[in-house]
Amino acid sequence: MANHRVVITGIGVIAPNGVGRVEFENSLRIGRSGIKFFEKSKTLNFNCQIAGKPNVTPDYKEIYFDDYYQNKLKNKAIIYGCLSGLEAWKDAGLKKNHELVDYDSGMIFGSGALAMDSFNQKTVEIILEGKSRRLGSSIIPQSMSSGTAAYLNKILGLGNRILSNSSACITGSESVLLGFEHLKLGKAKRMLCGSTEGDGILIWGAFDPMRILTSDSNDNPQQGSRPLCKTSVGFVPGGGSGTLILETLESAQERNAKIYAEILGTDVNSGGFRNGGSMTAPNSSAVINCMKNTLAQSKITSDEIDLISGHLTGTKGDVTEIKNWIVGLNRKQQNFPLINTPKSMIGHCIAGAGSIELVAAIIQMEKSFVHGNYNIKEINPEISAEISPNCIPQQTVQKEINTIMKANFGFGDLNCTILLRKWKNG
Amino acid sequence: MDKIQIQNELKEIIKVYVPEKEILENLTLEHDLINDLKINSAHIVDIVLDVEEKYDIMIEDEAIMKMGTIGQAIEVINGKVQEK
Repeated sequence: MANHRVVITGIGVIAPNGVGRVEFENSLRIGRSGIKFFEKSKTLNFNCQIAGKPNVTPDYKEIYFDDYYQNKLKNKAIIYGCLSGLEAWKDAGLKKNHELVDYDSGMIFGSGALAMDSFNQKTVEIILEGKSRRLGSSIIPQSMSSGTAAYLNKILGLGNRILSNSSACITGSESVLLGFEHLKLGKAKRMLCGSTEGDGILIWGAFDPMRILTSDSNDNPQQGSRPLCKTSVGFVPGGGSGTLILETLESAQERNAKIYAEILGTDVNSGGFRNGGSMTAPNSSAVINCMKNTLAQSKITSDEIDLISGHLTGTKGDVTEIKNWIVGLNRKQQNFPLINTPKSMIGHCIAGAGSIELVAAIIQMEKSFVHGNYNIKEINPEISAEISPNCIPQQTVQKEINTIMKANFGFGDLNCTILLRKWKNG
Repeated sequence: MDKIQIQNELKEIIKVYVPEKEILENLTLEHDLINDLKINSAHIVDIVLDVEEKYDIMIEDEAIMKMGTIGQAIEVINGKVQEK
């Protein structure tokens, strides 16, 4: 069976604190927050009235969109997804296919609650008024879970596998895993892999009653997302999208593409809702297996890991996560690797989280820095009892990073881990 | 309101749905919306909605079927406007 090496040759991102990879990198370095207060959430009596929402301007859309996309695309999940996808495609030095179908390239583009983006609030109102005739032709394409892939592919013209995965908070990392496995088998030359989440009152209002969102920072939104912090009371919802272009090493080298990193190994599994696993909490033994399987596939030892890109949402799951990393990597206290997450700046972008955070990981690897975990008043004592505070940078530090392990954990007891290694000419 | 005015306004309405804008520079009454202007057939209902809003008219499904070319579309719109 074919066993191709798989590398990353392009990245694109739309995040609450940065539109496009250059702005995102700058925000990560200086700790710029994209979390804001929303008056509408207050009017509607949400406990959590803050969120992360990307600031996508018509000028930015103009770079990638024609007038139809500019004026008629309303679902923000699809807008964010198309923009991050097109930026990544361009970053990889690839062209749009106007005439021919590119059967060597495919796409895995995931989403979460895609049809719950606030654009559909109007749809429901119009239907309930008995005026569905007024809706026009684009509500279904913009509400189907495969909507982002469809709109993106109308521009790109890819003819290999086009798939839209949906696995809650692991959606983004899982899209990369699925593309990786497809390429490893030699079934395509390159795969555009990404994920997206929209935003607005329908999504935020649906999360609100679960009592897992931050409710203590409505007057101080930028301090609301506090992963690893003793005082953290929940996560801040966010929207956005990230995309990675995955390619077989042969294909990337053949066209002299810039290579950011190689994917050495991945794993995805489920805790099966057993042994502590539930809709919202992980079965830790499955998490640990997931980490170990990725290490085994990567053929490296855990002491080679320079940085963990954690899931770390700011809920009580942070403590469980740290304990699982300790067992999964067999490293603790001073020997624990550096760990960070951009969630203090962007909130938890749900299905968009994994891909945005992978883009952050690749930027840090490329530019040799580790961004801070901001907003920590005091490290949660249950965490500082297990790992050294030196492992938790609270400001950006310059550092050569060669190996990153990424994890995401999702509703439905789902786990996904990915191991990245910086590319150094072979 | 004359048909020239409707033609100009219709051109503005359909513009966003036409993938290759150059063709609009020499738009004729004979241009077929789907075959010549390459408008996706799903967007015909969107154009009808835009037209209805612009002229405050109602175009029934049977009339939509008659809007094959620019000239035919103008006839349908003009007819409805006259009926008002």
